[in-house]
Amino acid sequence: MDVGLFGQYVMNGLMLGMMYALVAVGFTLFFGVLDVINFAHGDSLMVGAFTGLATYLGLRELGVVWPAVQVPVVLAAATAAMAVAGALIARYLVLPLKSAPALNTLLITLMLGTVLRESIRLFYPAGANPKPFPALLPAGAVELGNFSLRADNMLMLSAGLVVIVAVHLVINRTKLGLAIRAVAQDEETARTMGIDFTRIVLVTFAIGSALAAFAGIMNGLYYNEINFGIGLLLGVIGFSSAIIGGLGNIYGAIIGGFLFAALQTIGAVALPFASAYKDVFAFAVVILIMAIRPTGLLSEKVSERV
Amino acid sequence: MQPKTGERPSLWPGLLGIAGVAVYLIVFLMIESQVGVAVLLVGGAAAVVLAARFGALERMRTSFAGREGSMDIAVPAAVLALVLVFHQDHFTLLLVATVMIFMTASLGLTVQFGFAGVLNFAGAAFLGIGCYTAAVLTKNTGLSHLLVILAGGVMAALIGGLLLYPVLRTRGHYSAVITIAFTLLFKTFLEVNDALGGPQGLRVDGLNLFGWAFNDNIALTETVELSFYTNYVLASLVLVCLGFAFLRRLDRSWIGLNMDAVRLDETASACFGYNISRWQITAFTVGNFLIGMAGALYAMMLGFIAPTNFTFGDSLILVSIVLLGGIGNPWGIAVATTIVIVLPEKLQMIQEYRFLLYAAMVILILLFRPRGLLPRPLRAYFPGWQPK
Repeated sequence: MDVGLFGQYVMNGLMLGMMYALVAVGFTLFFGVLDVINFAHGDSLMVGAFTGLATYLGLRELGVVWPAVQVPVVLAAATAAMAVAGALIARYLVLPLKSAPALNTLLITLMLGTVLRESIRLFYPAGANPKPFPALLPAGAVELGNFSLRADNMLMLSAGLVVIVAVHLVINRTKLGLAIRAVAQDEETARTMGIDFTRIVLVTFAIGSALAAFAGIMNGLYYNEINFGIGLLLGVIGFSSAIIGGLGNIYGAIIGGFLFAALQTIGAVALPFASAYKDVFAFAVVILIMAIRPTGLLSEKVSERV
Repeated sequence: MQPKTGERPSLWPGLLGIAGVAVYLIVFLMIESQVGVAVLLVGGAAAVVLAARFGALERMRTSFAGREGSMDIAVPAAVLALVLVFHQDHFTLLLVATVMIFMTASLGLTVQFGFAGVLNFAGAAFLGIGCYTAAVLTKNTGLSHLLVILAGGVMAALIGGLLLYPVLRTRGHYSAVITIAFTLLFKTFLEVNDALGGPQGLRVDGLNLFGWAFNDNIALTETVELSFYTNYVLASLVLVCLGFAFLRRLDRSWIGLNMDAVRLDETASACFGYNISRWQITAFTVGNFLIGMAGALYAMMLGFIAPTNFTFGDSLILVSIVLLGGIGNPWGIAVATTIVIVLPEKLQMIQEYRFLLYAAMVILILLFRPRGLLPRPLRAYFPGWQPK
């Protein structure tokens, strides 16, 4: 394979990996503080992307046409809306079921995902059709041999990296992060130390869902198209990534995200049979990894007290 | 040894209940106008609330529990009465048969979710395996169709077997991802595999048992002709009755007791020497077998199958049926399947919104009635046995 084509595949894999990693970090944060899986996460991403699109259309109506204004406003609107939505999901759907079996939380969030998906399909104007997403980033490219390094991709990758580093800093360097880690480690002890458990859970859900909205905008900018169904697959992929990384471990989630993207890319390029099987291949490998390491690659320490 | 049961509870509340539900369903299926359907729905809900308020539901429940044998005859008889009323109406009979096929599949899921506590979010995928097995076998072999239905179940159980190792090794959320990944994998596989028809799907031959072609109308006399769907209603009735009887036997056997122990507390049951994997394997395989058989019959009835019938959303519908009915209670499944399948078909105005409404309904049930419409009662080893 020539270098240019190889570069394209690597770039594509990196972009996908960044999106998956952002989604997976959300899953792992939720699991850390509350031991729950929020299956509506992928659909939060989709709603985030649609919020961004609606904001863009609104701005255009108002006559704001400068990308330097559009991009920050679209991003801010989408992440803020999803942060609020995430906190509401935690407050009214997840926390009330805290003492119920894990299956119930899983189901209620799965069903909420369906509600979000169907609501967009039915109530967003012509929501059943794919929507073109505007190219807001500069379109230039640097030619390296026969591989063109696109400026918008580089911008998105760096933005994703900045966000991940920011999350890392918040979790490890701030008082809020300390509280989140404390709650993740032991809820009761954290409470006795004066940490407001509910508030931390709500804030964590807000952070995670805002990350999903960010990934949703990235997804829209990368493919120049969004539709109501993207959340389901991205959610399951993000969840699988968080799982193969080891739930509750942020670095595991990031590794898992890039690993899944690598699997898909390998499935599309290197396998002898048609590239249409790339998802079949990637999910089959995920199942295999789970069989070999049932609690993920960087597994949490489990010991069951009876 | 039959324990003393004292006076057996009266047969009448149960029979009246069945008759009432049957008449209600007949009127409901007959009525065409949307206003009529809405009025009937409100009326039905009010009747249930009133019956609960005046203790009639409780009396029906005792009657059902105490006179099991009679009820087991009365309920299929009511279904047959329904068939007689609609004997020429293709659409209604198709609906009735669909309800019973989905009931069978949900019974399979009940063994997994409700008895042994094995999560399976790939219900639609296993249904699809049954369907595609039937399609391939009827097209390429002359195998007796009775065996084709069995083969659908066996294939689902075998392919489920591939998932067993990862499902058993993982716990809780980790095991959920395996079946979810499998559902997505399965649908993508069907879409890209040209040998299985790709996205366009496959045609399936109708059921033919020993020269009895199910796709021909039954001519009783010169003038009276039964819709050919009557055949499928009868076949699915037999299948669901077998599934039901099997589930009840399983529930009352030592196997069911072991599965309960495994579900309720794995650590404790391991301490008491239960073989956890054995019961989880049994439940997963048996459940998939039931789902696969239902799928094979479903494919032959529909005559045409495509990957879009077996999405993750469809798996979720199966799970919501199990949850709505009350996990582990087969009667609950009967009620829930009827609601979930029939309602959107009759209420054309909600057809478009059905996924939205199911999802909202399940959310409300989880928040306010987490044990389902008919929660699973305590195990009764003998009909009418009451703890002293």
